[in-house]
Parts: sequence; structure tokens; C-alpha cells
Amino acid sequence: MSAQRAAWWFLAPALLVLGVFFLLPVIAALALSLTDYDLYALADIRHLRFVALGNYWDLLHQKAFWSALGHTLYFVIVGVPLSLMVSLGAALLLNSPLARCKAFFRTALFAPVVTTVVAVAVVWRYILNTKYGLLNYVLGVVGIHPVDWLGDPHWAMPSIILFAVWKNFGYNMIILLAGLQAIPKDLYEAARIDGASAVQQFRHITLPMLGSTLLMVGILTVSGYFQLFAEPYVMTEGGPLQSTTSVLYLMYNEGFKWWNFGAASAVAFLLFVIMFAVTALMLRLGRRGEAA
Amino acid sequence: MNARVARAVIHGLLIGGTLVALFPLLWMLAVSFMRPGEASSLPPPLWPAHASWHNYEVLFLRAGVGRYLFNSFAISTAITVLSLAFNLMAGYAFAKLRFAGRERLFQLLLGLLVVPAQVAMLPLFLMLKSMGLVNSYAALVLPAAATAFGIFLVRQYARGIPDELLEAARIDGASELRIFGQIVLPLLKPIMVTLAIFTFLTAWNDFMWPLIALTGQEHYTLPLGLASLAREHAQDSELMMAGSVVTVIPVLALFLAMQRYYIEGLLLGSVKG
Repeated sequence: MSAQRAAWWFLAPALLVLGVFFLLPVIAALALSLTDYDLYALADIRHLRFVALGNYWDLLHQKAFWSALGHTLYFVIVGVPLSLMVSLGAALLLNSPLARCKAFFRTALFAPVVTTVVAVAVVWRYILNTKYGLLNYVLGVVGIHPVDWLGDPHWAMPSIILFAVWKNFGYNMIILLAGLQAIPKDLYEAARIDGASAVQQFRHITLPMLGSTLLMVGILTVSGYFQLFAEPYVMTEGGPLQSTTSVLYLMYNEGFKWWNFGAASAVAFLLFVIMFAVTALMLRLGRRGEAA
Repeated sequence: MNARVARAVIHGLLIGGTLVALFPLLWMLAVSFMRPGEASSLPPPLWPAHASWHNYEVLFLRAGVGRYLFNSFAISTAITVLSLAFNLMAGYAFAKLRFAGRERLFQLLLGLLVVPAQVAMLPLFLMLKSMGLVNSYAALVLPAAATAFGIFLVRQYARGIPDELLEAARIDGASELRIFGQIVLPLLKPIMVTLAIFTFLTAWNDFMWPLIALTGQEHYTLPLGLASLAREHAQDSELMMAGSVVTVIPVLALFLAMQRYYIEGLLLGSVKG
């Protein structure tokens, strides 16, 4: 058997799976988004009609889509910087030469990352409970009136962001910690001799040296946060007043609640395009910033 | 600043952060042993007055959580074993075997990494429906049986295997399959362990696709079962906490046992940029 033939045998199972269960559906999704595939077509394929960009046109004129996109952007724009700041803060603490028991703290801070979203979202739902929740109780002790965290349209998304930061910060913390450890120690040594303060060292050594790591972590987090779904599904069911309905939640409802597969596919593709554009822009701006 | 003060501040922040990170998990564990209704009182109790297994009994004897637990284990294990085999083979082929169109095919694979999985979900559902596979284990296992990311990870790692080693074996007349099994696989062991943990955790924690592909409770995984319980039993916080404990403990235990490999893999995966 030639090496060439062997190679294809080694590749075949994986390529078959990826081709049939991923590549093909992605292409089909594009085709589907150009049709009015709905419950009637599901029953009898002869009801299917080609509508060209009709679904996209409708979506862009639909309040529900724009508000779902708005909620998702809210989650991304507030949630990502907040997550990164907490991750960086934790990484800096763990990297400090003064800190003890680093392995313990690292493991403890990382633990929320490996937990199941649905399970810990259920836990947080009770912590955020208006009447018996611990958060309101603690706030009450300091004299703050109870907040209806998940029932008030103004507070529901901030609550979900809070939850997401708690759940995810450990992941980037580990990557940033590795980035910090890779910065040569003598840079700090030289800065100290020149009389630079801790803040100056952070601004002129740590941040620039960490630049490319931060950019990569930022891009990965942005694309992850655009895919918001399980958190609102479990914690708020997209409410109150649709205030936590994300783009993927809209796709799920369109597709699997109303069986509008054509429109739902268009939602999925629009999200893909937006994610792609945003992350590509970040990459470009980041690269330019680095070159400067 | 005084080094002593700095040290106190750093440890204060670390301990505070640790409390915030672990408190919800510890509280979940404590409440799961409380009696029904106990957690809904003021001030919110932190410790069960009379610890009991009552909630766990209800979960396993009446709510059918044993079934979900079994499903989660069966599905996650099947996905891990299959995708490990397929990704290892493909990753090795991309790294070490020469064939026409290798670079272009690999570029295509990297392109797939950019596409969010949800884009494929609607047609995939229709496809599985036409194959009669909706609401079966296969609906979850088959689409996850190979991943572009896994292949990428294996390829990066396998590129470090010296070509001379493989050439020598070929000259000795070993078949390609034998080379893979007896020379390559032992060398890939570290990445195998890492990939296995990652895949298992991802499969266990997955929610959106199982929610779509599984329509009957008999195939529910733990996250799905828990989400549907949470909608029926929103008031029973003690019962729900016990359900969360059952869902979280296996993955948390796996992580704690294999932490080193997990963290290594996390760093390896993030280098892709």
C-alpha cells in the first residue's frame, strides 16, 4: 500500500464526519436561508419556495431582530471587557512574587470554568432570587433595597453578565498568566533600577508585552460571547419583556418553536457575518496597534 | 509601598476572589442536603439544620435523574472515544503523511474553525430527521465524532515526531497501520489525554444541540434534564441544588484529577491565535 493511499484511509473517517455533519449542513443552511422553509414545507416539500434574499430583507426590517442583536451586543460590549479585566487582575495577583499557595488559588479560581452552564445557572438563579436570595440579603444588611435581578428588564442582562464573568474569567486568567510568566524578569529589574513605579511598570512593560496574548484572548472571548444562549434560556427564558433574548435565542425560537427554518437560517448566517466582521476588525486594529 | 502591606493586600484579594468563585458551588452543596423549603427562609441558611439525602432520593427514585446520568456518561464516553480515534488518525495524516492536496485540504479545515456550530444546526436537524435519527444517541454522537479543532491540535503535536523514525520503520517493512499503532500512538499519548479530557467535558456540558436533537426524556442528558426540571420545579430550590450537584460533580472531579493535562491543553489550544 502506498503512503498516499494510507493517508486517505487515515483521513477518511474524520473527513466523512466533518463533511456530512458540518460542511454539508453549513452549505445547506445558506441555501435554506434563501427559501421560505416552514411548517408546511416540513410536512410536504412541494410547499417550498425560493425567496432569494427575502428572509434577510424581512429580518433587517424586524424589530425583534434588531432588539435581539442589541441585547447580544450589550452582552458582548459590557461582558467582554469586564471578563478580561477580572481575568487580567486575577492573573496579575497569581503572578505576583509575593503570593503564596498559588496552585490552590489557581485551581479554586478556575473551578467555575469546568462546571456545567445549566447547573450553575440554576444555582445563580436562587442566589439572585428577589425574596430569599443571598445577594439581596447581603445588600439588605448594608441597607440597599432588594433588587428584582432577573425579573426587572433593566437588571436581567447585567445579572447574566455578572454570571458569565464569574463562570468564564478563569479560562483567560490561565492564558494571561502564561503570558505574564513569559515576560523576561530583567525588564522589570531594569525598570526598578530606573525608579519606575508599579503602575508605570504595568503600563510600559506588562501591557505592551502582553499585547498579542490580550488580542487573541479578546477575539476568542468576543466570538464566544456572541453565542449567548444557555444562560438566558435557563435563567430568564429570554425575558423579562424579551430583554435577554439574544440572536441565538431568536434563531432557536424561529426554528424550533415556530418551525420557520428559512428565517432561522438567515438569522444564523447574519450572526456569523457579524461575528466574522467584528473579529476581523479586531484583528486588524490589533495588528496595526502592534506595528505602531 | 511596604512589602508587608502589599503582601496582605494581594492575599486579601486572592482569598476574596476564591470565596466568590467557590461560594456558589459550596452553597449549592449545602442546600442540596436541606429539607424541602428550608432554603426559602430569612436569613438564607448557609448550612442544613438536619442534613439528609432526601433530595437525592427524590431525584433518583422519582425524577429519573439516574437515567439522565447514564445518558450523559454513555454519550460523552462514546463521543470521546470516537472523536479521539478519528482526530488522531486525521491529525497524524496531516502532519506526517504526504498526499496530493494536503495543504489545501488543511486550509479548508482551518476555515471550518471560524464557522460557529449553530449555523449547521438547522439543516443538521432536518437531515437527521430524514434519517430517522432525531431523538437518539446517534444524533449527538455522530456530529461530534470528529472536530476540526481536535485534528488541528493533534497535527501541531504530531509534527514534532522525527521523520527518520517513521522512515526506518518503513524500510523494515512495517505497514502504515502498524507504524501508526506501535510508533506514533505511544508518542501522541500526552495529547491524547488532553484531548480526551477536553472532549469529555465539552460533551458533558453541551446544551444547545442536545436541546434541539433530543425530544424525548428517555434520551435526555443531565443538563437537559436539569433545565426541564428547573422549569417544572422552580420553587424546590433544595431539589434543584441536588440536581446541580449531580451534574457538576463528575466534571469537577475529572478536572481535579487531571488538572495538569487540562491546563496544558488549554494553553496549547490557545496558541493557535
